[in-house]
Amino acid sequence: MQGYLSLWDQYGEKMLSAFWGNLQLTFWAALASLVLGTILALMRISPVPSFRAFGTAYVNIFRNTPLTIIMAFGVLVLFGVFQVQFNSDFDLNFFQIAILGLSIYHAAFVCEAIRSGVNTVPLGQAEAARAIGLSFLPAAWLVILPQAFRGAIAPLGNVLIALIKNTTVAVAGSVTEISGVMKEMLEIRSDVGILIFFTIAVLFVIVVIPVGVLTTYLSKKLAVAR
Amino acid sequence: MSTDSHSTSAMADLTPIVKLSAVNKHYGPLHVLQNINLEVTKGEVVVVLGPSGSGKSTLCRTINRLETIDDGSIEIDGKVLPEEGKALAKLRADVGMVFQSFNLFAHKTILENVTLGPIKAKGMKKAEADKLAMSLLERVGVANQKDKLPAQLSGGQQQRVAIARALAMRPKVMLFDEPTSALDPEMINEVLDTMIGLAKEGMTMIVVTHEMGFARKAADRVIFMADGQIVEEATPEQFFTNPTSARAKDFLGKLITN
Repeated sequence: MQGYLSLWDQYGEKMLSAFWGNLQLTFWAALASLVLGTILALMRISPVPSFRAFGTAYVNIFRNTPLTIIMAFGVLVLFGVFQVQFNSDFDLNFFQIAILGLSIYHAAFVCEAIRSGVNTVPLGQAEAARAIGLSFLPAAWLVILPQAFRGAIAPLGNVLIALIKNTTVAVAGSVTEISGVMKEMLEIRSDVGILIFFTIAVLFVIVVIPVGVLTTYLSKKLAVAR
Repeated sequence: MSTDSHSTSAMADLTPIVKLSAVNKHYGPLHVLQNINLEVTKGEVVVVLGPSGSGKSTLCRTINRLETIDDGSIEIDGKVLPEEGKALAKLRADVGMVFQSFNLFAHKTILENVTLGPIKAKGMKKAEADKLAMSLLERVGVANQKDKLPAQLSGGQQQRVAIARALAMRPKVMLFDEPTSALDPEMINEVLDTMIGLAKEGMTMIVVTHEMGFARKAADRVIFMADGQIVEEATPEQFFTNPTSARAKDFLGKLITN
């Protein structure tokens, strides 16, 4: 017990600030992947064959590529080879590359979650929208997507939960976040190794459980009555 | 774009609102519409009758291109239906459609259902659209439900809202695809009465239905379809009392014994 308390003295601040980094990664990647995923979903349901083909290809490529590889690609190829720099600040640049990688990867899952929501909207809704003279985009934006999002809250929640936990992969992109700190702690404080694992797990559980509860609640509350 | 080779001038009034020429459609091996020719003039009420699977619903849905056709042409007020895109959307706005399953926008209030088209497809101001929508809802008798969601209304009320929604676009023709088939018996009449009212006001209507009473009362012309073909075309009086084809006689005979 004494040892565990001294771990907090030694690493408490570092742990929490690193975890705060995970939460920031989550926030920005969630936002960006929601936007990108919505655009991809629109492409996949659009009447234009080339858009559909692009959306399908995107989803199949990025959903099936390990996140670690996307992250490493960002740092080693985008930054290392092509010198892509979003920010002159070294750490912030890696942080933003990590957000990009997380967003690109999770957008594929967001797209599929929204598409599952689209499947909850009866075909007649789209037909009625077209029948009053709305073309594809207004029909999708005003009629299909608002209902699809409500039907997609639960799967979107699952994607968000996966994203929260996947932010730990940003360690592969040289970002200071919790799994990097964990590795360091395990090396230096192997006396409380099991408790270190447990502590990190609890940090995630504290964040993830409310997300699950909230999305379940919202998916019931916002369900479209038919 | 299609070439608009239509000659206007003195012919204008005789231009049929809807004109189908040699329309064919297949669902796989099933030839669901076979060489359909049909002209509907302004103010005419055409009722399409026929057994299930005869292609009458498909016919109705091709007129605003919810179903594509394999060959032939469909003209709305002298303009050939475009393939896709903005031009098609614009032409669809001129064709009101009422569905069997109502298809009211489930996440929008009754009032919003009616104003969505005028505001978003026609660029009407919200205040003006609200006024128009309220007058239409008044007319179909559901104005007091304007703030409810569709799921809170009865089927008959929903269908009347759907009629108001279509009318809000000030269409040149109204298509009804079995508008009463999903309704409880006691609600059928409230919808039919609304439709009869429309017919009396001179709306051009194409109605696919199983309601023979409506056909008798409101139709100018009855079209009988079977197996993807127009088998018989007559006034309701003629059709119900003296059908010429064996197919129609058989169909009417079954109705009476039921």
